[in-house]
Amino acid sequence: MRKKHLIRRTLMTAVAVFFAVLFLMPTVLTIANSFMSQAEITANYGVIFGSASEGAYMSERVNLKLIPDMVTFQQYNTALIQSPDYLLRFWRSIRLVAPIVVVQVLVASLAAYSFTRFRGRWKEILFFSYIILMLMPYQVTLVPNFLIARTFNLIDRDWSILLPGFVAPFSVFLLTKFMRRIPISYIEAAKLDGAGEFQIYRRIALPLCRSALYSVVILVFIDYWNMVELPLIMLSDPDTHPLSVFLSRINREEIGVAFALATLYMIPTLLMFLHGEEYLIEGITYSGGIKG
Amino acid sequence: MKATLVKLNRKLGDKLYSGAFLAPSFIGVMTFFIAPFFVVIYYAMIDSPVRQNFVWFDNFERVLGNWAFQTAAQHTIMFSAIAVPLAVALALGLAVLLEQKIPAKSQLRTFFLSPMMVPVASIVLIWQVLFHQNGAVNDLLSTIGSATGWFSYERFYTLSDGRVINQWIDWFSSGYNQFPIVLLFLWKNLGYNMILFMAALNNIPKDLIEVAQIEGGGAFYIFRTVKMRFLSPTILFVTILSLINSFRVFREVFLLTGAHPYGGLYMLQHYMNNMFEALDFQSLAAAAIIMCIVMIGIIGLLFLIESRYGKDVEG
Repeated sequence: MRKKHLIRRTLMTAVAVFFAVLFLMPTVLTIANSFMSQAEITANYGVIFGSASEGAYMSERVNLKLIPDMVTFQQYNTALIQSPDYLLRFWRSIRLVAPIVVVQVLVASLAAYSFTRFRGRWKEILFFSYIILMLMPYQVTLVPNFLIARTFNLIDRDWSILLPGFVAPFSVFLLTKFMRRIPISYIEAAKLDGAGEFQIYRRIALPLCRSALYSVVILVFIDYWNMVELPLIMLSDPDTHPLSVFLSRINREEIGVAFALATLYMIPTLLMFLHGEEYLIEGITYSGGIKG
Repeated sequence: MKATLVKLNRKLGDKLYSGAFLAPSFIGVMTFFIAPFFVVIYYAMIDSPVRQNFVWFDNFERVLGNWAFQTAAQHTIMFSAIAVPLAVALALGLAVLLEQKIPAKSQLRTFFLSPMMVPVASIVLIWQVLFHQNGAVNDLLSTIGSATGWFSYERFYTLSDGRVINQWIDWFSSGYNQFPIVLLFLWKNLGYNMILFMAALNNIPKDLIEVAQIEGGGAFYIFRTVKMRFLSPTILFVTILSLINSFRVFREVFLLTGAHPYGGLYMLQHYMNNMFEALDFQSLAAAAIIMCIVMIGIIGLLFLIESRYGKDVEG
């Protein structure tokens, strides 16, 4: 019996490790490749991207290597110092995403407080429509967004992406679900002590939701850090696109730099993940089940 | 009299507060999503923005009968039909796996969840390296084939006239091109679904399982009869969530294969983008409404399930 257990356990562990390797590999390979010299990249991937300059060595088949022959920061040097163009792209991404995260969470926390404290038939119907809106794919929401942007003359300006982002309903939904778990007695007690609604929101609801706010920030950040559809439609000049769109178009001769940029681009989200994994998991768990 | 006045005042005050807190969000949602949607409905029923004659459902008929729309819809449905069942089954498998007595569980959970936090754009390059015609996956297949002798998967094939062709599968521009996208979709979404399943597994009353164990039920028997009972609402929920997510896969497709992908990857969002480029608002509006109706059907199903099973699904 014990032996059977041991075999079973070993088998399970093997399966788990196999999957873990599969899940980690793409990320790890990208990071590893970013430390390779241009010559090594050409040697490894010349077959694919066909970028070998005259006389450069090029392997006949693709060479996936976990450890570079020689670790070098050449690509980072190019990406960060030599051509400011890339750094500018990075800055574009931050300039589009950071305001959206901050304002969306702020607006949503106010709305969530309203949905928590003051309920009624119309409020429930409204909350319901927020949920439906949240679940709609871009194919549906882009058209109204675009029409409004055109009416207000926002096309080709950052506001066409920022403004719909400020009021997107996802964080309203999640924060409301969190806030509705605050025991009503806390709020009643504060009321008895003479606190106004805004004070209750500031001093009780927000602090009690701190972990929820963090998980919402993570989820909203990764969502917009990945944005593709909105910039494609709203910004006709490819030069103004954020890194999330630009990385896919990067020149094939610059494949080495692209790996470095890809690695740089995942740093903010990976840091958030490593720091706030527990909150993220809590947030995901709460998003399961869509009723308030 | 005074009492009622105070009451009235409080009600009015509540209403004011309620409105004040909600206003920024409400005004924004109305301006950017809901009000323009009525314009979309109007656009879908007129013949052109200049003439503005009502043509009722002509635009819908035109879009539904359009070849590009039909193919795009077909591809989207095909993708969902492959990716969604896999996303549900594998995620459940991973959640069950992490319930077993294995070492380093929390690290494994971190690893499984990490792809969710890696930007798609960062991973596109390595995906191209893996699935390029001369890429790593084909190389691996070929090596496995020749090492085990089970099958032969040589890169070059000499035709009878002496020409040499590359016969490895081109994963991005051949009939197989949904395959790498399905893998990318799974890679990104399994962690999220796994967390939902883990929460559901956690919510199963422990005493029920203990009773089943004392009664002598094997692990598989308990899973099938006890756990599945509790999991079924979550399974349905995750299915529909994955279905909704699978409609968003355009992102991955676009980043990997650009605006004009080969055959099987022409998705509904590609169709929409083309219509945006052509500024064909009548088709855009009609297509958006068609998709909206389909989505409302799916979401309605989701709500039906939730109200049926109620609290079971709650985290």
